[in-house]
Amino acid sequence: MSWETVIGLETHVQLSTKTKLFSRASTAFGASPNTNVNLIDCGLPGVLPSVNKEAFYKAIRFGMAIDAQINQTSIFDRKNYFYADLPKGYQITQMDLPIVLGGSIDIQLEESIKTINITRAHLEEDAGKSIHDEYDGFSAIDLNRAGTPLLEIVSEPEISDAKEAVAYMKAMHQLVTYLDVSDGNMAQGSLRCDANVSIRKKGEKELGTRTEIKNINSFKFIEKAINFEIKRQIKLLENGEKVTQETRLYDSSKDETRPMRSKEFANDYRYFPEPDLLPVVISDEEIQKIRNEFPELPKEKEARYQDKFGLSAYDSQIISSSKSMADFFDAAAEKIENYSLLSNWLIGEISAYLNKEQIEIHKSKLTSDNVAMLINRIDDQTISGKIGKSIFEEMCLSGSTPDEIIESQGLKQISDDGAIEEIIMTVISENPSQVKAYLDGKDKLFGFFVGQVMKLTEGKANPTAVNSILKDKLK
Amino acid sequence: MSVQFKSITELRAMLDDKLISASELTEESFQLAKKYKELNCFVTMNEELGKKNANTIDLDNKSNSMLAGIPLAQKDLFCTEGLRTTCSSKILANFIPPYSATAVKKLEDAGSITIGKTNMDEFAMGSSNETSFFGNVHNPWKKGYVPGGSSGGSAAAVCAGIVPAATGTDTGGSIRQPAAHCGITGLKPTYGRVSRWGMIAFASSLDQAGPLARTAEDCAILLNAMSGHDLKDTTSLNTSVPDFLENINQPLDGLKIGIIKEFNLGDLDIEVQARFEDSKRTYEKLGAQFIEMSLPNISASVPTYYSIAPAECSSNLSRFDGVRFGYRAEDADNLNDLYIQSRSEGFGDEVKRRILIGTYALSAGYYDAYYKKAQQVRRLIKNDFDNVFKSVDILMTPTSPNTAFKFGSKGAQNPVELYLEDLFTISSNLAGLPAISIPHGQVNSLPVGLQLIGNFLREDQLLNASHIFQQNSDFHLAQPNLENFE
Repeated sequence: MSWETVIGLETHVQLSTKTKLFSRASTAFGASPNTNVNLIDCGLPGVLPSVNKEAFYKAIRFGMAIDAQINQTSIFDRKNYFYADLPKGYQITQMDLPIVLGGSIDIQLEESIKTINITRAHLEEDAGKSIHDEYDGFSAIDLNRAGTPLLEIVSEPEISDAKEAVAYMKAMHQLVTYLDVSDGNMAQGSLRCDANVSIRKKGEKELGTRTEIKNINSFKFIEKAINFEIKRQIKLLENGEKVTQETRLYDSSKDETRPMRSKEFANDYRYFPEPDLLPVVISDEEIQKIRNEFPELPKEKEARYQDKFGLSAYDSQIISSSKSMADFFDAAAEKIENYSLLSNWLIGEISAYLNKEQIEIHKSKLTSDNVAMLINRIDDQTISGKIGKSIFEEMCLSGSTPDEIIESQGLKQISDDGAIEEIIMTVISENPSQVKAYLDGKDKLFGFFVGQVMKLTEGKANPTAVNSILKDKLK
Repeated sequence: MSVQFKSITELRAMLDDKLISASELTEESFQLAKKYKELNCFVTMNEELGKKNANTIDLDNKSNSMLAGIPLAQKDLFCTEGLRTTCSSKILANFIPPYSATAVKKLEDAGSITIGKTNMDEFAMGSSNETSFFGNVHNPWKKGYVPGGSSGGSAAAVCAGIVPAATGTDTGGSIRQPAAHCGITGLKPTYGRVSRWGMIAFASSLDQAGPLARTAEDCAILLNAMSGHDLKDTTSLNTSVPDFLENINQPLDGLKIGIIKEFNLGDLDIEVQARFEDSKRTYEKLGAQFIEMSLPNISASVPTYYSIAPAECSSNLSRFDGVRFGYRAEDADNLNDLYIQSRSEGFGDEVKRRILIGTYALSAGYYDAYYKKAQQVRRLIKNDFDNVFKSVDILMTPTSPNTAFKFGSKGAQNPVELYLEDLFTISSNLAGLPAISIPHGQVNSLPVGLQLIGNFLREDQLLNASHIFQQNSDFHLAQPNLENFE
């Protein structure tokens, strides 16, 4: 039998505001437990929330980018449930009137582009963290994350398989980092998703019973968790069993999903309008200001790279795909003239190095100034491309500037024709049998002479000059 | 010289004339509190810091604030930095807040001396002060009788002359009803006039802080200090605060007072009716004219209130879970048991009842029928008020249908009986309007209160009408015989 998968994703994006959604405590990641916590985050009696407008601006920027309707009046609701890391016993969220309504996101598939519609995106506060395995017989609570602003983005059930889900999350990652609404750091939980997965017979109109896989926080796990769940559901249905509507967790160590204990989700959340907050109204002026300060998006960047710098469509797309790479290119491009050389380096050596080290460019020792200098030294023939590669390796390790490395290691290219000629004459006189063989028609030996020259000059001789002078001398 | 039963205005003059120092005044308050300990007005005293602060005021001698050196009592629902704040609940019996409520801070910044925290109904849920974990408060007028609630300790402390004024909070009548039962003046301001920051929430959309004092003039002095926009409370009103003393002496000629038709005053105790008629005549003599007004939806106030207030309370009180502060049950085996045991042992019956009612009203399948419906009715009631205030300046009702009653005589079998105590007071909370209760005589030797309800932000009119009434009557000067409490 042929089956069809239907997936909808709920993405939680931690907004990169300096302070929390309803308090002035810091949102910095990695602080000692319970240090980024004030009276409000702790839910002490008698304290009241007050809103951080920056979170609204970021949510609106996201809404504009996906071409959604923006609700300028925001009303908050309370979602009531008890959990040890939820200090107030309720989460402040948006139920009836989300700040962002509708819109869509394009995702890049292997052969095509698919548009996924967005149902809504709403603002809410994050909970704290429960730590169950660090203290014998105790659970510990860290409230640093409590109150961090989240944008929950709900997609329509239009995603058809795990690969599309990953493409959707990659598009989401690109968008939120480009918009500077989130750092998009999945390992730290800044971007995570819940996947609603169901199966139906191909061609059927009605949706099958869905399960929700909670809190998946890497591209790899999204693919594995969804694929596991699809197989599990198909197996159930093919055995004549039924899928139970439930919430499941993905266990990456066993590569399986399993149901959460019913206690953890069997809640009547008793939503009602948050009486401690008046509706938050964003003025037309504020909307205009957000529009005026709207950042350049990948598609616009691609076009600019082709028009202004003459890059190929392919190169433009690769460089624009990551905001940190594009920012790096833009910064370096201000200091150079050979844009295609910069582009080649970014896509070639630099990307290879970043992939090998598994880091992003802004976290590496490379600076746009240093890479620009390297490009210029190659471009003005101070060094050869080959020497450039060894300088690059040194830059990655030490963070030194190319000029420092050239100076300290004496790597400056020899372009003086006289000097090169002198070395070539030495090579010719020291290898008479090879000269004879070459002159007798063994053309391949030309490379041997070049190699000897490079050996004597420790690779610093300008290869173009070497080639032309050698040819002249070996006539 | 005894300063018991003196008003703030009188004490101000004595302080300014150096007839008494702030330290002596504060000392006398502490002595009176000890002398009438049996009233059970206070949960916690602030003796050390209170005396120190009074001494600072004496040494400073520069303050020109009306409240400099005046002893006040704070309802134990206002958080006070470093001073235990219990809400008269076992669950907060050991809670010492690291911050002060804005209302208290403003009063203290004006130089007043906090002498202690007053007893109340647990989490302000009650109309008799009988739900306190720290025991009943007696009505100073009659031992074994309730002072009203929930601000019963504050009302009794002012009534007994221990302090000239105290703070209270009013969610459905909790300032006005105890003021009426104790024969003092109590004002619930417009919702949002006084910041709720640091006030432990019962029902966020209804709670409002206000003063209880011996006179309307003293209420104006406190309100001047307490009011104002607070960035920490987004529901506090961003509007300028007038000087509430400025127009307090204006003559009442032409004042239009509405009587609410739907309240059927003819059904009340004949003596309560008689006091009401007397006060009408007084106001007529002072130049006011009376108009009967209809508020068609006002009879729905009590059920509306008892859907909304418990719903908000059920959510607001979720934070008392034994995890971060407050009472924690000792031998819970897991998180769920910790919640169940801490909350079962920490909350009293009335609080639990309201949490249950509220949880029910918000549940899936009942939300539309209860909470949502109640919010719609609330809107209708508010519209009714908006309409009548096009024709009248203020509305006049009795504060409470009855005088103070005996401990345990009401609500024990049927809680709704006690909920009806709030019949006249609740609607102004639902509509967010200011209302005041002033004493206007006695029935069977127990005080009776008169309620005036004002238009949005028109506390000035209420204070003016009350002050002129008090200039032309002496009900507010009556003093209880406290021999039985010594």
